[in-house]
This record gives sequence, structure tokens and C-alpha cells, in this order.
Amino acid sequence: MTDQTIQLGNGGMQPDDTGAMPDLLGPRALMWRKFRRHRVAYLSLWVVVFIYAMALFGEFLATTDIQQTNRRAPFAPPMSIHMFVEGEDGSRQLLLHAKGLKLTLDPVERRRTFAEDPDKVIPLGFFVKGFDYHLLGVIPMDRHFFGPVNPKDRVYFWGADRLGRDIFSRIVMGTRVSMSIGLVGVAMSLVIGVSLGGLSGYYGGWVDNAIQRLIEFLRSIPTIPLWMGLAAAIPLDWPPLRTYFVVTIIVSMIGWTSLAREVRGKFLSLRGEDFITAARLDGLSDWQVIRLHMVPSFSSHIIASLTLAVPLMILAETSLSFLGIGLQPPTVSWGTLLKEAQNIRTIIQAPWLLIAPGSVIVLAVLALNFLGDGLRDAADPHAH
Amino acid sequence: MPQTHMPTEPLVEIRNLRTHFFTDDGVVKAVEGVDLDIFANRTLCILGESGCGKSIMARSILRIVDAPGKIVDGSIIYHNATGQSVDLARARNGSRQLRDIRGQDIAMIFQEPMSSLGPIQKIGRQITETILLHRKVTKAEAKEIAIDLLDRVGIPQPARRFDSYPFELSGGMRQRAMIAMALSCQPRLLIADEPTTALDVTTQAQILDLIAELKEELQMGVMLITHDLGVVAEVAGDVAVMYMGKVVEKGDVFSIFEAPQHPYTRALLESVPRMGGGRRDRLPAIRGMVPHPLARPSGCTFRTRCDHAMAGICDRSEPVLTPAGETQAACFLHITEMTDD
Amino acid sequence: MLGFIYRRLLYMIPTVVLVSVVTFLIIQLPPGDYLDTLAAELSDSGGLDAGTMEALRERYGLGQPFFVQYWKWISGIVLHGDFGLSFEKNLPVGDLIWDRLGWTFAISLLTLLFIWAVALPIGIYSAVRKYSFGDYAATFFGFIGLAVPNFLLALVMMYVAFKYFGQSVGGLVSPEYLDQPWNWDKLVNLLQHIWMPIFVVGTSGAAALIRIMRANLLDELYRPYVVTARAKGMSEFQLLLRYPVRVALNPFISTIGWILPTLVSGEIIVAVVMNLPTTGPMLLRALLVQDMYLAGSLILIVSLLTVLGTLISDLLLAWIDPRIRYQ
Repeated sequence: MTDQTIQLGNGGMQPDDTGAMPDLLGPRALMWRKFRRHRVAYLSLWVVVFIYAMALFGEFLATTDIQQTNRRAPFAPPMSIHMFVEGEDGSRQLLLHAKGLKLTLDPVERRRTFAEDPDKVIPLGFFVKGFDYHLLGVIPMDRHFFGPVNPKDRVYFWGADRLGRDIFSRIVMGTRVSMSIGLVGVAMSLVIGVSLGGLSGYYGGWVDNAIQRLIEFLRSIPTIPLWMGLAAAIPLDWPPLRTYFVVTIIVSMIGWTSLAREVRGKFLSLRGEDFITAARLDGLSDWQVIRLHMVPSFSSHIIASLTLAVPLMILAETSLSFLGIGLQPPTVSWGTLLKEAQNIRTIIQAPWLLIAPGSVIVLAVLALNFLGDGLRDAADPHAH
Repeated sequence: MPQTHMPTEPLVEIRNLRTHFFTDDGVVKAVEGVDLDIFANRTLCILGESGCGKSIMARSILRIVDAPGKIVDGSIIYHNATGQSVDLARARNGSRQLRDIRGQDIAMIFQEPMSSLGPIQKIGRQITETILLHRKVTKAEAKEIAIDLLDRVGIPQPARRFDSYPFELSGGMRQRAMIAMALSCQPRLLIADEPTTALDVTTQAQILDLIAELKEELQMGVMLITHDLGVVAEVAGDVAVMYMGKVVEKGDVFSIFEAPQHPYTRALLESVPRMGGGRRDRLPAIRGMVPHPLARPSGCTFRTRCDHAMAGICDRSEPVLTPAGETQAACFLHITEMTDD
Repeated sequence: MLGFIYRRLLYMIPTVVLVSVVTFLIIQLPPGDYLDTLAAELSDSGGLDAGTMEALRERYGLGQPFFVQYWKWISGIVLHGDFGLSFEKNLPVGDLIWDRLGWTFAISLLTLLFIWAVALPIGIYSAVRKYSFGDYAATFFGFIGLAVPNFLLALVMMYVAFKYFGQSVGGLVSPEYLDQPWNWDKLVNLLQHIWMPIFVVGTSGAAALIRIMRANLLDELYRPYVVTARAKGMSEFQLLLRYPVRVALNPFISTIGWILPTLVSGEIIVAVVMNLPTTGPMLLRALLVQDMYLAGSLILIVSLLTVLGTLISDLLLAWIDPRIRYQ
């Protein structure tokens, strides 16, 4: 773009091109250009896409059935992956493999410790046979992206929990619940926020006043105790799906207030704009004005705010599940996984219980935040 | 009234000043080779359309051009009261020397009285702040001076207004307060950047009268930036007409109004409605638009809109200011005449 | 100013009423009433005689319509300072909660001070030196601070403190000081412990405020009045603090309105993880065993105190910003 402009500057030599102006891009193209320039945000977009792909194709990426326990591997540490095996004659051969673990019992401290067993080679491969599943819930498959070549072998890339379940597979599968709560919650926030915010901003007057008071009220009380109260009221014997939806509703209660405020602000400022008045004078109905003129002019802001609301909801779900009042096992989410790491003794014994799901949460939230931030910057061409 | 006496030594000499803006899309040459002299007790009007670089030129003098703008060439020599000369263009930004000149020797008032005063500080405090910065007085004395100043610039009940916030005053009152602030250290040069543009017509006249009065009283030089020919006719001693970062014509106000030499000046003057002019005449406008700042025409920048543009001459090289009639104009119409001689 | 205070106080009344109704609604949500739970528990250990049960039923209006129960509950609190009975501990709620509420708010307020002390200078620096290395670093840490949930940070800090520094973790004082009266050593010990929850609770808030301060200041930094101040001959530092920072400070202060609720929320979660003697663990426990008067009182008072904090921040804002005061 810069090159073009400079060329145009030189092209101004002819006396006839009096109105020489650099090319003007449409608003969408301008936003996209600005977004692309925000390199971290652009990278985050791909991270987010990857994480949602992980949520969709979880079974394909998982190496082990998440409910499968292993009595011989409680708190097994993460296994390392090696590229070469050494033959008896000392020659090196390319073979992707993990080293097996040897369990030893310390008779004095009465503790189990794991050590890498150099002789036990577990060959690894891509597109290997494993447990049966339905891809996207419909296509029956038993192939997995990466894992042990022999389906009987057990590998723990990110360690195991107290029942010997594979953390890696559990995190991959937990992505679905955690990330979708963000999306579903945001969808609910969107509906409530945009309708209430829109009403408030478009009609003003007492409607505005009432809705603003409600929002102020919701924002002025600490959310966690309220959520805790609500979440604790969910009976423990409810089916997981129902719990999931109730938790989502609880979580989405935070998101809509800021969204409603933003929509209202946009409505208020747009209401005074000449092009809205002009549209109204042209005889368009309220609904047509909103749909044809107002919504398009702030939809990009809304998308950015929504993106920024997703991580908040993910964190909220994680917090509640961590406290034991959100989702309940056997539902697997990042929050319920972290619940395993609730006391300091467990963390000392098996730090991966904290580190693995923790890093994934931070990565997902970070990427969503960067993405939302980049979108917001791009949506506002006048920002610094 | 134009002054007949002409002091020999100017207050400020600007030579070949060039201020450029380095933006993402290219370099905007906002000021591109300006030469000007500003004298004490005389009003110099800088006339030009918006975007011609007049504000940036004025701000360059005080070195308050915002990034990404930068003075890339030229000098701004200021001769201070003790007879020493300082090149403002080369003074280190934020240096003591520069800060002492700002507000004390050279003061400035701006176009937007609404936003040029700090929004949540009392008027009085903003004035005493300047006084305390440059003059060795106590706070109480500064307050007295400030109230006197507010009175002098015609603010009623100055002692009460001292404690007012800017949002409590009208636009005209705010501009008066700005002037009081600018004059608080009795500057030798007052730069007024479109001081009346944001005000209504009656207030405009009052503010211009006030500036003219204070100029006489303090014997200070005034540099007044405007796009309003009426303002120029009312207060100017000298006039400099700017177009795309260059001075295209300068001279005393009578000569410029009587016999403008540059086609742009002529076009500007013709585009003003005149009392008693023929009713059915269509008011002439300058053809075309100001070129985009990133697409400066080669040679004479005005040639794309000029009725007298000469192919092969005007697009080759840039005209320089040359004596023409009673004024100086940067136009090949006059330069060729001279070379023909 | 007085008119502003009156108006603001008037607005608070419906908020307070609403808070209490919502709280009561929430503690009413679980099926069955508390006395069922209580009776079930007590019948194991000897049982409760029918007379006492009936008295309790009468006292709390159980089995009657929602608003009758609400009225009995709230009038008890307002008129007699009676918060009801903790069924689990069989003690009046009023005897249990004040210490813990005090700590919750002490920690929240200290955290607020910590956040400001951190966010203000860094935010100003970030805006003034836009796109510098420091700005990028601050932005990056800001994002990290926002992305790490409180409880996760608490766990990591505890792990690091325990593993690498051998510090005892959890609680506000070491176990040996627990039953001692306050003295110098205990205070020092408290300070050695209390920085950790403050840091943990404050990180995300500080990260958010740095971004807010930076954005506010960037909005003001190129305003005409800044140029005016510069043209006066003020030094950059002087004019920065007196004009743009001063203006940008107002929206910054108004953030107390939402930061206080999030701090209290954060404190509650972190307290559960770090086992602090504050509201968090008690509330969680009360909710899990459905000790409803205890849980309800905690939610109610925490919410009310937060609303009060917001009110104070609004008044503070009106005090320093004439434009709001004169509206």
C-alpha cells in the first residue's frame, strides 16, 4: 500500500490529474489490513482456530480413552519422546519411541517412584490404531493422529493422574467442554446484551434508565459469591448435560452487562448521526433503521467484544469447577482437571497435574485476548 | 492601520524552514522552505487555506510540532531582549533555553478555546502557573497579576472568574482567558493561531480589537494565522500568503490587497464577496482542489489549479520569491519577465 | 456536591434492597428446607425434639410464602442485628462472620492500593513511551496477568514458595502464632504471609488497570491543552503530571466501581486455595453443606460492603472532577 502511494505521489507530474488521491480501501479491507499488521493477533487467530479444531476432533488427537484407569501408573510422570534407538552393535537407528516406566517401591518411605526404563521401548507412530470412537459424533473410526503403534501400550506424554488416567488425552477432551462453554455463554450474552443494550440505547428515556440501573446493580455486586451460591444450588445428581447448561447460564450472566453497555453507547452516538436521521426521514421503520444502518456500523465492535468475553467465561467455568461447584466428574473440563491439583501435597508429588492444564488454559485465554484486542483495534480506524 | 515606520532588526528571522511529517503512508511536506521576518510592534498575517502548513509553521517556531512532525532543515533565529540570538530550530527539545523562551518571550494562543485550556483546572491556576514559571513572584502576587490580566482582557468580575473552571465560561470568555495567559509574562512576540475561527462574529471583532490594542500597549510583534481575508484587512501590517507549505507571496497589506501579483493571491481575493458588487455576477472560486499532501505536484505546486500555468516552465522547477510590483511573489510569470530583461 | 451525594444515596436504596432479595432467592434455591437437613443430621446424634423444631419453623417462617420468609429474615437483620443461626456450627451467624469479613476487606483494600501503586506509574510510562521496549513488556505482562486465573497463580506461587524457598504456605500467620495475642513478631509474620494473596489477587486487576491508564492517557496526550501547557514553557514531566495525567486519572478512579467487586471475588477464591481465615473458605463450606443462613449472610454483607465501596469511589470522583460535580 505504501509503495502504491509513493508511486501516486510521483505520478502527480502530469498537470491534468489535479485530484490525485491515494487509493481508498473499503472499510472491511481496511480492517483486515489493520488486523494483519497486528502480528500477535494474527498469530493468535491461528492458535484459536487450532484450539477449536482440537475441541472438534478431540478423540482423533487423544491417545487413550479418558476414563481408562491404570492401577500400575498412578501419578506417572510425563514420558519423553526419543528419535533414535541404539542397536546392540552401537549403531543408531531411526525409530520414534517413548521409554517405558519402571515402578519401584521404596520400602523405607513406602512411596512409589517411577524411573525411565531404558530397555523398554514403546514405538510411536502417526495414524495408529487405538480405541474406537465416532469422529464428530458420526463417523466410526479407530485411528488416532499420534500414539503407540501397539494399542496395548500405554503412553503418558503429559503424565497421569492419581488413577493412572492420561492427562494429555483428558486435556484434549476437556477442550471441548471448556471452549464450548465460552462460545455458548457468549451466544447467550449476545442475545441478552444486544437486545437490552439496543432497547436502552434506541429508545432512551425510562427504558434506558431501568436497564442501566439493572446493569449497574449487576456490576456492583461481587460475582463469585453469587455464582457460588447459584452453582451450589445445582443438585449433584443432575445429568452432566443439564449441569453443563446451567453452569453456562450462570457464567454468561457476567458477559452481557458490558456488551449491553457497549451496544447502548454505540446506539446513543449513532442516533444523533445525520445518516440515521436521513434514513428515518426516508420513511424506514425503526427495525429497518436498526438492521440496515445501525447494526452494520457497529457489528465489528460487537465481534471484538464477544471475542474478549469468551476468555472471561472460560476462566469463570474453570474457577467454579475448580472449587467443586461447577461441572462435576465424570465430565472432563480444564476446570475439573485442575481440581485434581487442589492441594499442595499433590502438586509437589505430581506438578504436571497443575502445569499441563494450567498452561493450556493460559494459552487459550491469552490467544483469545490477543485476538479480541487485535479485532478491536482493527474495528476502530481512529484509534491510536 | 498599517505602520509606516519599519524597524530594521526583526524579532524572528525564519530561513528556509522545512517541517515534514513522517507518516506510515509517506512523508508529508507540511512546511517546505519558508522565509519570513517578524518585527516588533507589527502584525504579520499568515493567510492560506486549511492544510497549507501555516499552523505547522507557527508551531515550528515554538518547537511544539507533535510527532511524527520534525523540522528537517532551515533556521529560526530569535533575537532576544539582551541582543543575543538563538536558533530555535536547533535548540534541544525540552531544553531550559527553549522552555524559557516559550511563554515568556514568545507566547501562543490557539484556535479552540474549548479544548486548549486544561479541562479540570481552574482558569486562575492555569494563568498563575505561567507567571510562577517565568517570573520571580510569590503566589499571592501571581494571583494579583492574574486578576489584573483577566480584568485587562475584559473579563467581568475577574476575582470571581479566577476560580472558575473552563467549562463554566463561554467561548469568547475562554479565548480572553487564553489571551490573558499568553500575555502574563509580557511576551515580545504573540503567535495567534486562528484565534477567532471558533467564535461568533461579534466576539471575533472584540478579540481582534483586543489583540491590536495589547500589541500597541506592549509593543510586541504579532503573528496572526488566519484563512479569513476580512481579518487580514482589519489587523494586518504585513501579509504572507501560503500554499502547500510555501510562502507564495508576501508584502504589506495595502500592496497585497491593491495589486496582488501571484495568481493564487488574486484568486483568493476574487473569491470574496464585495459590498456593492454586481448582483448577478457569479462569485469566482478557485478551480480544482488542493492536491493531496502526499501527491505534491512537481515544480510550482499551484500550477494544477492555475489559469496561467505554462507547460514546460511551471512543471520543471520551483519558483522562488522574487520582487514583483510592490510585493514579492513566487511565480514564473514574474521570473520570466525578469530573465527576459 | 450535597445534591450529588443525596442523589447517589437515593440510587443506592433500590440496589441494597435488590441485593438482599437476590441473596435470599439464591439461598432458597436448593430443594427442601434447612430444617430437613438439620433434622436429618441431628436425628443421627440424638435427635431434636418436636418442640424445638416447631419453634425454629415459626422463627424463620418456614413453609410460608417467599416474601414472608424474606421479611422475617431481613427484619431480623435490620431491626435486631440477628443474622440467624448457623445450622452446622449451631452458633449465631453474627458470632462467626465478622472476623473473616474484616480480613476479606482488609486484603481487598490492600490489594487495591497495591494495584494502584503498580498500575499508575507503569500505565503512564507505557503511554508516554508508546511502542518502546518497556511498553511492549508491560503490555505482554498485562496480557499474561489477565490470562492467568487467580487460583492458578495462587497454586503456582504456593508451589514455588514451598519447593524453592521452603516457606510454609497457607494461612495468614505461621501455625505457631495462631493462638498468640498480637505482638510485633506476629505482625512481621503476618506481613511475610499477606503479600502473597495481595499479589495474587491484584495481578489481573493491575494488568487491566495498566491498560486502562495507558488508553486514557493516550487519549489525552495529544489534546490541544497539552500543547498549550507546552507553549507556556513547562517541562515535559511537569506538564504531563499536571494536565493529561490529572485528566486521565478520573476514569481511572472510577474503575474502583468494578474493580472492588472483582477483588472481593478474587479474594474469596484465592482464600479457598491458600486457606486464609477469610470469607472464602467459610462461604464455600457453608454452600456445600447448605448452611444457608451463614452463606446468605456472607453473600449479603460482602455484596453490601462492595456497593458501599462503589459509592465511596463515586463520591471521591465527584470530589476531584468538577465536571461531574456540577452536572
